[in-house]
Amino acid sequence: MNMLCERCQERPATVHYTEVINNKQRKMDLCEICAGQVQAEGLGFLPQMNLHNFLACFWNQMPGVQQFTPQAREDVKCQVCSMPESLLAKKGLLGCGDCYQHFGDRLDPLMKRIHGSCNHTGKVPVRTGGQIRFIRQKEELRNQLREAVAAEEFEKAAKLRDQIKQLEQEL
Amino acid sequence: MGIRDTVNKAYSAWMETDGLNGDIAISCRVRIARNLKGYPFPHLLGQEKAGEIINTVQPVLESELMLELAGKFEVTRMVELTPVERQILVEKHLISPDLLQNHEQKAVALRDDEVLSVMINEEDHLRIQCLLPGLQLKKAWELVDRVDDGLEKAIDFAFSEKYGYLTACPTNAGTGLRASVMLHLPGLVLLDQVRGIFASISKLGFAVRGLYGEGTEALGNLFQISNQVTMGHTEEEIINSLVSVAGQLMLQEREARRVLLRERLDQLQDRVGRSYGILKHARIISSEESMRRLSDLKMGLDLGLTEGTKPGQLIELMIMTRPAFLFQERQGELTPLQRDVLRADLIRKSLNQED
Repeated sequence: MNMLCERCQERPATVHYTEVINNKQRKMDLCEICAGQVQAEGLGFLPQMNLHNFLACFWNQMPGVQQFTPQAREDVKCQVCSMPESLLAKKGLLGCGDCYQHFGDRLDPLMKRIHGSCNHTGKVPVRTGGQIRFIRQKEELRNQLREAVAAEEFEKAAKLRDQIKQLEQEL
Repeated sequence: MGIRDTVNKAYSAWMETDGLNGDIAISCRVRIARNLKGYPFPHLLGQEKAGEIINTVQPVLESELMLELAGKFEVTRMVELTPVERQILVEKHLISPDLLQNHEQKAVALRDDEVLSVMINEEDHLRIQCLLPGLQLKKAWELVDRVDDGLEKAIDFAFSEKYGYLTACPTNAGTGLRASVMLHLPGLVLLDQVRGIFASISKLGFAVRGLYGEGTEALGNLFQISNQVTMGHTEEEIINSLVSVAGQLMLQEREARRVLLRERLDQLQDRVGRSYGILKHARIISSEESMRRLSDLKMGLDLGLTEGTKPGQLIELMIMTRPAFLFQERQGELTPLQRDVLRADLIRKSLNQED
């Protein structure tokens, strides 16, 4: 008696897929066709749907700490895209960029759990990056200034100081 | 070269692995997620606004500035392709399976050499990806970064000073960067070392994926390692740590191969020789067996145990013998037996032409 593919429930399962993430194994018995699709997802792309369900769990139920993270609030909505918090908890996806601001109080602990941090330190776009680009630039110039002073390159240091002043005025 | 060429041939530039640690690192991929400011994310977008996204992005991707920065892109809407052609783009790893669902207002921009692609209206408005052979993650990031710079000149991205680039799924927020490398690890599999090693890698914030056939061997012994964390580290830090993890795995794989050569040379030669013989002469072959045999042959080739074929050719064969490609080859629905016959045919022809 052949086992059926657990994805399509139609064809016999001939391939056994195993995935290891954070030391957790997930095994699936699949037919060749579904295995091909799962492989395409797996080798090229992350299987996002499972991840969403997983995130939704994070949002909703934290066993043992439910008093600190209450259930999704039915009446709370993003003011821009009007995505309700309940849908967010169900889908594990945010509705628009502004959701990050509206749901910020609930997002920070989630971000810390996923990334170990809730502060971006990478690339900043020129057009929508706001002031953070200037602040980073200023920090970078300050570092260069310290180095120049330490190396007694005073001419260079003076130039850097002027640049910093100019940046501060723009800010 | 246009989209029709892309879906009519299995070969893609990312399969050319010569001299780039290609004995173990088959390919690497970097993708970033970007969203346009002022629009809901794709899952709440609706057809009309999704169309607006394509119309906004297409001229920027096909602009002179982009040509200078990152090369020539051609935008193709999913509706312009047949279902089989769409599936082929997935099998070549140029688009994700997600782009095929509700595809009316989804599109892909491909650079003429297929190294860079931009998916439009997938989970995020834009997914910019670069696929390169071997372990060239830094180069892949530089290329993606350039496309991003080009787009950003004309488009306002959803960005927060605190959270960075904003994405539909919070697991991508921050840098929006997912980097991965596909490694061929037959030596570690033969010595039964993979499980232990993967357990420790996953503790470092990286995910490992592989496709398992009957028993415990991964299909084709191919594994993908990717970063899980996208926030709190710079793009360069993420790329560097993945490069060092991949480098470690490659060292261990090379060591495993040395051990095998030293202690099990006869068995190894026998395995490679048998697989070569079967691939060259079989008339019916399943996709599971062909992946396994091609993996054996690739290892034999890398270790100098056999010759007469090229590693890139074997990777191409692994792609060419997938279901949608076979379908395209025959232009029609195939029974499982017909598929296995056609697959054996393609492999036999490819390997025997070298003689």
